[in-house]
Amino acid sequence: MERRRSFPDVLAGGIFILIGGAFVVGSLSYELGTPLRMGPGAFPLLVGATVAALGLAIVVKGLIAGEVVEFGPVPWRAVGVIVVALVFFGYSFRGLGFVPTAAVTALLTTLASRQVRLPTALAVAAALTVASTLIFVVGLQLRIPLWGPWLSF
Amino acid sequence: MELLDNLVLGFSTALLVQNVLYCFVGVLLGTAVGVLPGIGPTATVAMLLPITFNFEPVTALIMLAGIYYGAQYGGSTTAILINLPGESSAAVTALDGHEMARQGRAGPALAAAAIGSFVAGTLATVALAVAAPPLASVALKFGPADYFSLVLFGLIVSIALARGSALKALAMIALGILFGTVGQDIYTGTPRFVFDQRELYGGIDFVSVAVGMFGVAEILRNLENEQARTAIVGKVKNLWPTREDRRRIVAPILRGTGLGAALGVLPGGGHVLASFTSYAVEKRISKRQQEFGHGAIEGVAGPESANNAAAQTSFIPLLTLGLPAHPVMALMVGAFIVHGITPGPNVIEDEPALFWGLIASMWIGNLLLVLLNLPLIGVWVRMLRIPYQVLFPMIILFAAIGTYSLSFNPYDVYAIVFFGLLGYVLIKCGCEPAPLLLGFVLGPLLEENLRRALIISRGDASVFLTRPISAVLLAVAVAALVVAVLPTIRKRREVVFAEEE
Repeated sequence: MERRRSFPDVLAGGIFILIGGAFVVGSLSYELGTPLRMGPGAFPLLVGATVAALGLAIVVKGLIAGEVVEFGPVPWRAVGVIVVALVFFGYSFRGLGFVPTAAVTALLTTLASRQVRLPTALAVAAALTVASTLIFVVGLQLRIPLWGPWLSF
Repeated sequence: MELLDNLVLGFSTALLVQNVLYCFVGVLLGTAVGVLPGIGPTATVAMLLPITFNFEPVTALIMLAGIYYGAQYGGSTTAILINLPGESSAAVTALDGHEMARQGRAGPALAAAAIGSFVAGTLATVALAVAAPPLASVALKFGPADYFSLVLFGLIVSIALARGSALKALAMIALGILFGTVGQDIYTGTPRFVFDQRELYGGIDFVSVAVGMFGVAEILRNLENEQARTAIVGKVKNLWPTREDRRRIVAPILRGTGLGAALGVLPGGGHVLASFTSYAVEKRISKRQQEFGHGAIEGVAGPESANNAAAQTSFIPLLTLGLPAHPVMALMVGAFIVHGITPGPNVIEDEPALFWGLIASMWIGNLLLVLLNLPLIGVWVRMLRIPYQVLFPMIILFAAIGTYSLSFNPYDVYAIVFFGLLGYVLIKCGCEPAPLLLGFVLGPLLEENLRRALIISRGDASVFLTRPISAVLLAVAVAALVVAVLPTIRKRREVVFAEEE
């Protein structure tokens, strides 16, 4: 059989090894206990080792007989913009309040698409801000101030 | 008749004004997300879950359930009209349904799908009402060791049914279990993997995992190559099927219902398997095999009935064992827990109004769906014209607000980012997100029962093999694992799923 190397398979396996390994290392700092009274570290150690082992198997298989041939394109702009938008949301929701945070988050995410122009993005963001305020604050009585403490001078 | 009394109780609960109202809202939203490609029921339920926290538990569950089976319904509309399955189980419907639409017979195709779904939903609801109580009473005899084996069994069977590499699915399950261990240990209270952040003591919220894996990751996938969606949809005329059509769909609907009801109980996308199996069966036994793929109405009625029946019966493992068979069911587990109810065999005894009310609401929901779908088909068709550039910012914003309002914890929003990126990379590498979510929800259950079983057996691990229920479950799980990994059988499995692409 012809050897088909697969970069995505190796990458997936690598991620499993990395995360599994990290949990194994982490769980060693907790008490392992005995089988009768398992400590907090025992179960994560077991599962972490399983994840890493499966990751290793995926890497080996990916080097011999890969499944996914191509990783495909990555929409870097969308990835970056959406990450920034969500982190901004988490960070400033309490401080800025509902309306400014929702508006900025909506505007940023709209710009993730390469086909959207600024006027359209502004219109969509404005509409979404109004809609979400009506749904969540007016309709569902979410207890979040519309304008947060960072904005009171 | 005990069943009758129970159904009376169920209907008296489900027919309360607010329950009918939210059942309607649920199926309406479900149909909408089913129709729209690019957003599925999992992300929707995850987004709306926080909103339902203020509701009565039964109302919340009725609405969430409505979203789930409403989406199965809506998916068929998109599949038939624009050959794009809104939901994975509707993929087979597109084969003959879209062909019918191209021949100008979109009306009968939609009607066959709707009637089939309604009949299937009604019969499967009866199956659920009949089968659930005895199963629950069996489940009450389960000890911790049996529960551990049951959860393990459920997880492993779910990969045997999932498509793609079994090895990767297994790794995704284990990874999900691993993320489930973050937070305070249930027995000792020791905080695990929290990096000294107090916000992480309560663990990672499963809503964040679901929104990240099914919402954000999916949006990134869709933004890879943007094209204006071709939604040139003509007017739908002549909804009512001809007498010939009606005669032809009766048997496929009944066969599809039976298949779907049986396969829906299986963990891990039983409804997808059900619609594929039903299509294969109809094609094999039909006298007009050459018509299949060229607009055979049987090829629409059968699979649509099957996937709707499966959507109903996939509530059986959830309501009797507390085991979710589908990512949406995993979110329902969360909904139960938030309302202080542990899903499982006790629900039927402790909360009869909730249990029977939920079942009765499914029948009402199916009726509402027929009323919603046939006369209002024009509205759904118009919804297909909503550009994706408006849709995805809405999903992200609503997801962020919904997740944040769970516990006003910014870490829940950061977790969306983490799982969105992780999910995106892993999906691109050929890993399915559903097993991870199932593992994440069931992981804590697995650990708790493992440790409890070992405490009871005084540290003797052989308890899992000496208790008969546990031993049988483990044996079947091992068999399922062998089947999933064996190459010959896997090849056949790929053939079944290849048509989906």
